[in-house]
Amino acid sequence: MARNDLVSGNVWEQYSKKVQERMNNPVAMGEFTQEDADAKGARLIVADFGAESCGDAVRLFWLVDESTDTILDSKFKSFGCGTAIASSDAMAELCVGKTVDQAIKITNTEVEAFLRDDDGTPAVPPQKMHCSVMAYDVILEAAAQYKGCSRSDIENTDIVCECARKTKQDIIDAIRDHDLKTIEDLISTTKAGSYCKSCIRPGGHEPKDIYLVDILADELAKISEEKLVAAANTSASETPQFDKMTIVQRIKAIDAVIDEYIRPMLIMDGGDMEIIDIKENTPYYDIYIRYLGACGSCASGSTGTLYAIESTLKAKVDENIRVLPV
Amino acid sequence: MEVYLDNNSTTPMDPEVKKIYEETTEIFGNANVIYKQGIQTRAALNEAYDKMYDGLNASDDDDIIFTSSTTEGNNAVIKTFLDSFLKGSGKNHIITTVAEHASIKSPLAYCKTFGMEVTYLNTNENGLVSIDDLRTAMTEKTALVTILFASNETGAIQPIKQMARAARDMNIPFHTDAAQAIGKVKVDLQDLGVDYFTFSGHKFHGPKGVGGLYIKAKAPYTPLIHGSKNVMGGKRAGSVYNNGVFAMAQAVKIANSDENLEYMNTEVLRLRNKLEDAILKIKDTKSYVPREHRLNNIVVASFRGIEGEAMLWDMNENGLYISTGSSCSSEDLEASAVVEALGEKVEIANATVMFALSKFTTEEQIDYLIEKLGIIVPRIREISMTYAKQEAFSQFIEEH
Repeated sequence: MARNDLVSGNVWEQYSKKVQERMNNPVAMGEFTQEDADAKGARLIVADFGAESCGDAVRLFWLVDESTDTILDSKFKSFGCGTAIASSDAMAELCVGKTVDQAIKITNTEVEAFLRDDDGTPAVPPQKMHCSVMAYDVILEAAAQYKGCSRSDIENTDIVCECARKTKQDIIDAIRDHDLKTIEDLISTTKAGSYCKSCIRPGGHEPKDIYLVDILADELAKISEEKLVAAANTSASETPQFDKMTIVQRIKAIDAVIDEYIRPMLIMDGGDMEIIDIKENTPYYDIYIRYLGACGSCASGSTGTLYAIESTLKAKVDENIRVLPV
Repeated sequence: MEVYLDNNSTTPMDPEVKKIYEETTEIFGNANVIYKQGIQTRAALNEAYDKMYDGLNASDDDDIIFTSSTTEGNNAVIKTFLDSFLKGSGKNHIITTVAEHASIKSPLAYCKTFGMEVTYLNTNENGLVSIDDLRTAMTEKTALVTILFASNETGAIQPIKQMARAARDMNIPFHTDAAQAIGKVKVDLQDLGVDYFTFSGHKFHGPKGVGGLYIKAKAPYTPLIHGSKNVMGGKRAGSVYNNGVFAMAQAVKIANSDENLEYMNTEVLRLRNKLEDAILKIKDTKSYVPREHRLNNIVVASFRGIEGEAMLWDMNENGLYISTGSSCSSEDLEASAVVEALGEKVEIANATVMFALSKFTTEEQIDYLIEKLGIIVPRIREISMTYAKQEAFSQFIEEH
């Protein structure tokens, strides 16, 4: 927020020199025909991805040596912005010399890294990352064509953020490993959702099958349920540590001690006490009590009696307990 | 060569106006003080007002408020009617069009959060709104009609005078966002018959940061900016932008003069038509909005197979500066809805660019642009798969 949001429209300033060079002079631009394939004894693959209505489309041409599954040469044509052209150009170049299975492993993250001028500076601004995703997708299409299967057979359908290449499992692992509670923390820790932002919640540039806010909500709900179940289970089988108890379990534990050791004394003198609230003020547990009956007007309520209650609870329940009469 | 052709977005200052702008920084006195500097400033301010009232033919009973921009004036007008709605006027309805600028759309969206209703009149394939649609939409609960004078994205000029009359017949106040009017079309406020008219100085070779809001006598108005009542008749507080105002007044005088408009409607029109004809000679191009409905300085054209941002990049590399409504060129990745509303498919919105000339555009510049188009268009189409000879054996098209 703030300073960094005040000047927008910042696009071309963030293109690396390599991106600009490929926009001006794409090296792998062109087409292959059946004749070109025959001359090399290779198989011609021509695959499309995208549509002009989205503003980005690419056609990938491969000449593949069928005996070794190796891509002998690769060219592309693209309808799209500068990032789309530069990414497709880099991707086509990266395909050459790889087997089809190796090419499938080329990701848009790798293409973007290939376009950087230096390791630390992204080649394109965040909102343009999604133009480079197309470069990865068209490889899948070409590979599927070569293998004679469908895209979904090769595709990693678990990817929830295409720009950052994060799967649903990556997100879930991050939530648990880093104890992430908010969507902002999730985005800054995993980088998912920090590029074109479509995957964060509905209403972005592209509709998605699953959104980060939903994964987070589901996982937090699971974690919370697991905690409750664990608390219930330990409570049933043994007395858990005070600090692992739920609020209700704590109040019950304290009340049990008061019933056994304290209440009888107070009742003998015509008084009683009740627990009003319990608050955790790390490292202490503050128990708010109210004196009833004769205790209410007794001076000892703030001295001797109070000391007795507090030291009993400290000894029997937890040493960090403080007692505060209201 | 440097050729700036995005004059509907903003314009460079006219040298005559710039001279006044720079020299009158010396007239720095607060317009409200009693002594010499105040007297000086008030004299210059009155002179500026004379230029505005005469130049735009406003009646002395009307108000012309100096604002920071068209955006501010648009907000002031719309929020006047939000204010009266919230105070129980019972009029909860505002009529506008789908082709408005963000400075109209955003305040209206804000009004909706308070429970007001907004009707967006559609534009036809020529970018025009129909007067019959307007008549049908107006009800006794309509507080305001606000319709742009001419579109910055398509150049289509709306029939404002007739629509203002239709609204007047039903006693409904009529506003026009006229940012694109002055300097291209003759503006005569009394003849136009609108209740509110907003504009910005930087659109007609005046300075940035200063604009005007015309309010017809007796039209409802609640100040947007409250403060000292001694400024602008209490209608808009804040210190007057002395030299900005003086310069803009001169810019209005020049821009709305018969001499300037004659030049725009002959020479600039000729250059515009020369450019457009040259574009249409290139295969698979199309231009939009018939000339008789379009501003004299703009060409909106699609180039099949060439995405807008890619076109702008090559243009920029050659010293040519134009604009586009394509999604890849906007920060939020959304294609311009206005261009799509011209009835073309979405892929055309992504391949559409705008050239907006000004009185400073020369024939040499247009010839240079035409020459460069002859190199740029083939280059990008060479990269574009739209023109690939070899068809794909398989394809994947995402649903959008």
